[in-house]
Parts: sequence; C-alpha cells; structure tokens
Amino acid sequence: MAGVGSACLTIGLFTALYAVGASLFGARTGRREWVDSGRRAVYCLAALCVGAFAILESAFLRSDFSYALVAEGSSTSTPTFYKVTAVWATQDGSLLLWATLLALFAGAVLFLTRRTLRDIAPYATAVLGAVAAFFLLLMVGWENPFDTLAVVPSEGAGLNPLLRHPAMMIHPPMLYTGYVGFSIPFAFAIGALMTRRTGADWIRATRRFTLVAWTFLGTGILLGALWSYSELGWGGYWAWDPVENASLMPWLVGTAFLHSIMVQEKRGMLKVWNVSLICATFTLALLGTFLVRSGILDSIHAFGASTIGVQFLVFIGCVIALSAVLVISRLPYLRSEARLDSLLSREAFFLLNNLVLVALALVILWGTFFPLISEAITGTEQTVGPPWFDRLATPLAIVLVLLAWVGPVLAWRRVTPAALVRVLLAPLAATAVVLAALLALTDARDSVPSLIMFCFVAFLLSVVGQEFWRGARARRTMTGESWPRALARLTGRNRRRYGGYLVHVGIGVLFLGVAASSAFLQQRDVRLSPGQSFSVGDYDVEYVRPTARLGGDRGGTGAPIAFGAVMRVKNGDRTFTLRPSRNYYATADPAKGAISRFFEGEATSEVDMRWGLRRDFWLAVRPDLVSLQKPIARADREFSDSPSDVQAIVISTLTQLYREKPPPATFRAIVSPLVAWIWIGGAIVLLGALVAAWPSPEARLRRVRSLYKARLGRELTRA
Amino acid sequence: MDPARKRKLRLVLALGVAVLLASALVYTSFSASSEAAKPSELQPGRAYELTGKVVHNSIRRDGEQLHFRVRDRDGTESVPVTYSGTVPDPFREGREVIVSGELERGTFVAERDSLVTKCPSKFTKDEQSS
Repeated sequence: MAGVGSACLTIGLFTALYAVGASLFGARTGRREWVDSGRRAVYCLAALCVGAFAILESAFLRSDFSYALVAEGSSTSTPTFYKVTAVWATQDGSLLLWATLLALFAGAVLFLTRRTLRDIAPYATAVLGAVAAFFLLLMVGWENPFDTLAVVPSEGAGLNPLLRHPAMMIHPPMLYTGYVGFSIPFAFAIGALMTRRTGADWIRATRRFTLVAWTFLGTGILLGALWSYSELGWGGYWAWDPVENASLMPWLVGTAFLHSIMVQEKRGMLKVWNVSLICATFTLALLGTFLVRSGILDSIHAFGASTIGVQFLVFIGCVIALSAVLVISRLPYLRSEARLDSLLSREAFFLLNNLVLVALALVILWGTFFPLISEAITGTEQTVGPPWFDRLATPLAIVLVLLAWVGPVLAWRRVTPAALVRVLLAPLAATAVVLAALLALTDARDSVPSLIMFCFVAFLLSVVGQEFWRGARARRTMTGESWPRALARLTGRNRRRYGGYLVHVGIGVLFLGVAASSAFLQQRDVRLSPGQSFSVGDYDVEYVRPTARLGGDRGGTGAPIAFGAVMRVKNGDRTFTLRPSRNYYATADPAKGAISRFFEGEATSEVDMRWGLRRDFWLAVRPDLVSLQKPIARADREFSDSPSDVQAIVISTLTQLYREKPPPATFRAIVSPLVAWIWIGGAIVLLGALVAAWPSPEARLRRVRSLYKARLGRELTRA
Repeated sequence: MDPARKRKLRLVLALGVAVLLASALVYTSFSASSEAAKPSELQPGRAYELTGKVVHNSIRRDGEQLHFRVRDRDGTESVPVTYSGTVPDPFREGREVIVSGELERGTFVAERDSLVTKCPSKFTKDEQSS
C-alpha cells in the first residue's frame, strides 16, 4: 500500500501542475473548456490527497511498522485516539495533512464559485494549484510520508508523551485549516490583480472562507494555549515562544484584513491596503509552517533540524516577489473610489484598528526574528524575552480593546459628536460604576494596565449590550415578540452584524481573563514530605500521601508508570482533594538497563486542577526518585535477563517501595484568577464567528439588492 | 488649509509616528536583549542566554536547587549551572537546553524558571545517533 500512497502523491503533483497549466492557458486564450478542465483537476487532486491520507491513517491504525513514519511516531501500546492523531505529529504526515486540507478547501471554493467570477477563478485555480504542487513536491522529493523500512521493527517508538493531550491533537489540524484557509482569499486576490478586476467581487466571493480560516486559526491558537496550561506543567498559557508567535502573526494580520475589506465593500477604499494585507497574511501563514520545520529559531515546540528549510525559504521568497510585483504594477487599478469624509467615522476607526493590529504583528515579527536580526547587525546572537513582548504588546492590546466598541456604534462616512455622545452616555456611566466598584471592592488598583483593561472591557460590553437591547426593543415595539425571541430574530436577520458584535464581546471577555490572570497570579514552588503543608493565596494545601500506579492512567495516555500525590486543599470552609501525578514512559534507549529504562524515559506532568469562574487552583507534582535509584540499579544488574513477567513483578515492587518510603516531592501551586474566562471568551468568539459566517438566503438576496442600490446611488451622484 | 496640504500634513504626521515607534522598537529590543552564548564563550558579569547540551551524569538535585553541567553543542567545554524553579518535562541528560543567567565565580547562576528544553525526539529520526 505504501507504493500506492507514494503514487498518489506523484500523480497528485502532476495533477496540480496540470491544473496550473490548463487554467492559465484557458484564461489566456479564453477557452472555457481548458479552464473547466483545470478546475476539475483540482477536484481530482483533492481525491488523490484524501486517498493518500487515508492510506497513511490506516497504516497508523493497523500499527504497520513497515512504514518508517509509523515506526517513528506510533506503537502498539499507543491508545487508538492517539494512533489516529499521531499522523500529524510527524513532519511528513503534517505536510500531507496541509496538502490534503488545501486541496479540499480549493476544491470547495472552486466548486462554489464555478458559475461566478469567471475571469478571476482560473488564476485563483492556478495559484492554489501551485501552492499544492509545492507541498506535494516537498513530500515527493524530500519528506515522503510513505518511506518504508527494509527491516520491519516489532514495535514502534510511540507518540511523544508530551503530545498525548486531546487539545494538542486537535490543535494542529485547526491551525493548518486556518493557514490553508487564508490561501483562498490570497489566490483570489492574485487573480483579481492579474485580471485587473480589483473591485470587491473577489472579497465577497471569499469573505466566508476568510472568516472560517480566521476562526479555525484562532481556535487552534487557543487550544494550544489550553494545552500549554493544562499539560506542560509550568502553569502558563502563553510564553511568546517563536512557534506560538508564528501562529499569532497571520491571525493578527488576518483580523486586520477582515475589518478593512468591509471598508472596500462599503466605500471602495483601501484597495492597495487590502491586497497587501492578504498577501502578508498568506506569507506569514507560510512562515509559520516554515518556522516549525526549519529549526532556525530555538523553540520548545519546533520540529527538529530538517531538510526542507531552504525549499520553504525559496517558496516564501517567490510568494513575496510575485505579490509585490503584482501590487505595484496594478497600482493604477487600485485607486480609491472615495475619500475619507471625517475622522469621526467607522472607516477612519477601522483604519486605526488596522494600523494597531499590523503594528502588533510587526512587533511580534521583530521580536521573534531578533536573534537573526541582531546576529546580522552586531555579529552576536541576542534574544528578547517574554518581558519585552509583554511591555510592548500590553499597550497595543489595550488600544485594540478600546477600539473594539467602534464597529458597533459609529456609522459609515461621518457621525456628529452630538449623536456619539447620545449613544455613549449610558455605557460611560456603566463603566464609571464598574471602575468605582473595582476600586472599592477589589485589589484591581495594584495593576494599572489591568485596571485600564477592565474598564475598557466594561465599556465594550456595555456598548454592545446596549446595541442588542436597542435592536431587540425596536423589534418588540414593532412585532410584540418576547425578549428572547426578539433577540434571536434580530441576530438571525443580521447575522454578519450581530455575529460580529458577539465576536467583539468574546474578545473583550478573553482579554479580561488575560489581564486578571497575568497581573494577579499567585504561585509557589515548594518541596514537601507527606504530612507537611503550605499555603498559597487563601488556599492551604496538605501533602496527604504519595501514590504510585502501574498501567491504566487516568488521562488514557498509555503511560506504564505514574507517581503522584494525594493533596488535600482547603479554601475557607471548602475542602477538596487533588491528585496530580507524573507519568513515566519507557525509553527504548539500549544504554539503559532493563528496569531503569522504565523510569528514565520521557516523563510528563499530569496536572490536577479545580476549575472555577472566579479562579483556578492548579497543582503539579514532580516526584523525586532519588530513593529508588539504588534499588533500580540493583534490579538492573540482577533481573536484566529475567522473563518479562518477573521484571513486571520487580517494577511493581519498586513502585510499592515509593509508596511506602516516599522521599520529598516538589510541588508547584498556582492560584490564577478569572483564567477560565479566556476559554469562555474564546467560545463566545467561536459562536459569534459561526453566526456571522452561517449563510442565510435572505441576507444574500438583500446583499444583491443593496449592492445594486449602492451602485445606482454612486452613478446618480456622479451624473 | 486646502485639502491637498492637509493630506500631506497627515501623511507626514503618520510617517513621523511610524518612525518614532520603529526606533522605540529597535531601541527597546537591543537594550532588553541578552546575548546567546555557548559555555565556551561565557564572560563573567554579563547576562547571557546559555545554550548547549546537558552533560551525562551531571544532574544533581539539592533541595530546591538543581545542579547540572552544560557543554558546547559540538565540543567538550562545559560549565556548571545552578537553577531553581520549574523544570520542563523533556529535561534530560544529553538534551539541548536554553537557560538565562550570569556567570558568578565559575558557576552559571540561572534565573528562576528560565530553563527551556528543546525537544528533538519529537520529530527527528536520528535521536539515538546523536
């Protein structure tokens, strides 16, 4: 079957190249049949990629170790869920997933636009085909996921234990879907530039794909943060690691793009800016994919040194050059149809929000690549740490939240100051009340940036709340509907608008969680023996007894051994028990003894925590195996040649020894206020984005009519 | 003011702000950064980001403190490190680490919680051979 998979990739490469050639030829000569053929080649490519992916997936499920990839990333003892997901934990497999998602997305968008955008679509097909061809070339030429082993091992190395977390396994496909999704608007933007049809048609055709891509990328980033928080054993959710930054940059620029295309749709402005933004977004998405694979920057998450760094750089260079040449040569076609009427208008504030988002992305780009930049300038490699990022990103994030109320309230073209005051009076009053309450009842004054952030979030929420209330009240007056019904109808009839409001609410809530949990975090690292206790914040924590377990760990990760602790936590008059532990995975390293290999392989923290709306209590343990070292060494000498059931008894005795004579263990306890609101905010954003992206036939009809009206209006004013 | 001049003024203003922000970015990054160095390159009295591999059989725990040696990635020169705080899960002998701190009397005293372990085994094929 490996041969069939390889063949799928090779045929796929030629199919993609054919799609490029056929659609370009068809577009140049105006022969529709070639354009259609090019588009169908993309459908075919999607089928081939899905086929290849299915073959690889089934090899993982069957634990067929004749595949090098399966032997490297899976094992018979890996639980089924992680067998399925181990495919994209490997370099080659993740490239295949990228290509498959790209082909599926491309097929879907080309199918949906097959009757519209007849001029632009062939060029978009060519761009998408070229991107797919690049990824297939990488696999066919350098990183073939279907490489087989001459000698088939009896057991595989297993999935890296750190990745054995549900959030981690869903996170990469989410990110890739986001990255891949941004290639769709990019392809159509290139098509629009090629054909000089630089109106808003390409934006309208791909808007929904952009929104879906943005949503997936955002969800992926958030799942990564959740994984970091609940699996990595350090208790944080964001560390400004190069790979994290790499996923955030395209998301930020994509966010800017989503806002500024509205200005082009409604006012015909910012055309150069929009095409530049989408080219930048796609380039950053490629850069993100590249950073994880190249090993040029030190990161905990990176794939190790790899062979495809140069190819990626060449491809990214080509994308940048093509975009720049096209944008510059088409400048005469990208003139604005209107001018900014007033600084007090929605478009002016959108522009401002765009600048802040792009500035934030640039700051992150600069910081991420600072090791390379400083080496080029001064000759020594220097790095900037998380404090630098925090210092620069915090003010920009505060400004972003401050601007987030604008979309809902300000009208296009211009607003009179009097009208603005009327709308903002109630939210301002509400914010003042919140500020007073925060100062009187909480310690919020200890951190000025958080206090400012809290106030801005309160302001944002009250502005959006007022908008929902006003809309629903108007509906009630007209129709006599009940409040919930009026709200639902209101949202359903104006999905884009109210979905957008919901997204803003979610972002506000998310920043509330970030501000509170980063400014008011309490943390302690202690070393305890059973019976001892310590306190952190208002929590008293007692180390009751150690635990040691063989097989069947709670998380279902397939770890053979786990050492942990039973902890009694007291908070006021509430008492609860937490059981943090640490999983030990056997290593296949032949230098280790037969018994010690079970204790000296990879180990991962299994954090235990109490989630709460007000705060989380987070607890991790790092057992000290010093007292076991001598018995393990002796067991290594005496039982290395024993049958495996005898070894199992030895290991079970060793774990019992840990339970009976426990050495002190190290604990990290964290009290993190409002951190749950980060995930809740994320869920609200997801909901809002779904509402905004969900197609509604009514809205489509209305959009066509309003467009027609707008054009009529423009022509009338010109006449 | 006529609209053309007003636009020009706005452009100059915007460019001025952009230049100002860019120079702030450059300045803060160079002043806040610490130099990355191998064990053989360390000089006393400066903050560094030390990169290298953990020497075999050098990890020792002493209460809250963790002691180990880091050697050049492709060399034998090494330096003792004292560290406290969270130890990342993949930390192990032979692994590549990054840790920030300063050289004091021949020992690299690391900042709390600054240890980062690279995780080569995750995706590379030749971990055993290295």
